[in-house]
Amino acid sequence: MTNETFFGYRRENNRVGVRNYVAILPVDDISNAACEAVANNIKGTIALPHSYGRLQFGSDLELHFRTIIGTGANPNVAACVVIGIEPGWTQKIVDGIAQTGKPVVGFSIEQHGDIETVATASRQAKEFVHMTSGLQREECGISDLWVAAKCGESDTTTGLASCPAVGNMYDKWIPKGLYGCFGETTEITGAEHICEARAVSPEIGKKFMKTWQAYQDEVVEPYKTSDLSDSQPTKGNILGGLTTIEEKALGNLEKIGKEVSYIDVLEPAEAPSTGPGLYFMDTSSAAAECNTIQAAAGYTVHVFPTGQGNIIGNPIMPVIKVTGNPRTVRTMGEHVDVDVSGVVRREMTIPEAGDALMEMVLQTANGRLTAAEALGHKEFVMTKLYRSA
Amino acid sequence: MSIPHLLVHNRQDNVGVVVVEGVEAGNELFVVVTEDNSDFTITTKHDIPIGHKVALADFSEGDTVIKYGVDIGRIVQNTKKGEHIHTHNLKTKRW
Repeated sequence: MTNETFFGYRRENNRVGVRNYVAILPVDDISNAACEAVANNIKGTIALPHSYGRLQFGSDLELHFRTIIGTGANPNVAACVVIGIEPGWTQKIVDGIAQTGKPVVGFSIEQHGDIETVATASRQAKEFVHMTSGLQREECGISDLWVAAKCGESDTTTGLASCPAVGNMYDKWIPKGLYGCFGETTEITGAEHICEARAVSPEIGKKFMKTWQAYQDEVVEPYKTSDLSDSQPTKGNILGGLTTIEEKALGNLEKIGKEVSYIDVLEPAEAPSTGPGLYFMDTSSAAAECNTIQAAAGYTVHVFPTGQGNIIGNPIMPVIKVTGNPRTVRTMGEHVDVDVSGVVRREMTIPEAGDALMEMVLQTANGRLTAAEALGHKEFVMTKLYRSA
Repeated sequence: MSIPHLLVHNRQDNVGVVVVEGVEAGNELFVVVTEDNSDFTITTKHDIPIGHKVALADFSEGDTVIKYGVDIGRIVQNTKKGEHIHTHNLKTKRW
């Protein structure tokens, strides 16, 4: 590829966004209605309703805060209005987002009610729209791009074509300073030793294995009622021809390419802190949960290989769909951004598929709406670690 | 090269993946191994949907299925070359 630049929004903290949202962010589930009312009042804003934020504690609460703050801090968000039921946690979220230097103001509902809060927050949101809607994009390089990956409704073609295309992108762009991310702790099962060996050092490999083993010990063993074969692989995976978790894991891992090593293992929604490179994040394998915490970690573009046709999107991070299944292209092509089905016909090589995906990443970073954006997919789903207090 | 009907990742794999729609019992399939572009043919014994696996060898109960050059599970009922391999005759060794 010759032109490896794109035009993005450089933020106060020098991170680069590819979208320019004014986000209306609820601290908790009961503030969703006020946020949605503000977003309805003020055009050019987006509300991010979700299901949690009350009575959580410990590491589950920390993850909730990290996810909400990280979402507001994501460089695809230009400015942020935060609304919570009470002022304490609301201010905590505002302070976290404010560390980026971006405009952020919080409002709490108690002693004001929804109507007054919505009116005040709407005036603030309108100011933010005026402040940010005229911002100009500037030319940026690959080292300004943070591209996360996750696959979904996988089938046997994902391991043949779409996941290797993502891996090829990482092999080409990680050496140029890209930040990458893969996760799906459960779905590595069956290929965990292969994944361990792809770490940059034995220490990081052990860190991965500790994360993977914790999932087996703390979640699978206590809660399983069968061999998990009704959930992993999913019913969609099985329809697509995947039979065992081992087979699914091997296809999944094709996303990390042939050459690149991952340089650290991140907690859910933890921002990378050791520079450019590929990171493993401890995530759910459910698409909306995984994508939400990858965006909260600061990733601005997402590449999503699918076989049977997962239709996932994210409210603040464009999700690019890539498929190598010719039947999916035929039956639900409106969800497909990059068609690499030529790979299974042997008309397209993996490096060519990687190039096609990279071209789409740059176009998307420039502002092209993805299929999921055009179709209105805004799945924003918290990862919940355990029951609330 | 003509369009393959079945793709195999590695030479040591004992299953391949149907990559075209409409494969029916008795069809002779053109098979390509993606690792080295070598090719051969095999006759299917079942109608097999796109994405699903075909046995490249005869299997007995307890045999290991190899794909990507790696163990992906064990055979739980005897299976002949050319037959469909899926959840009815292949199970995980995990969980």
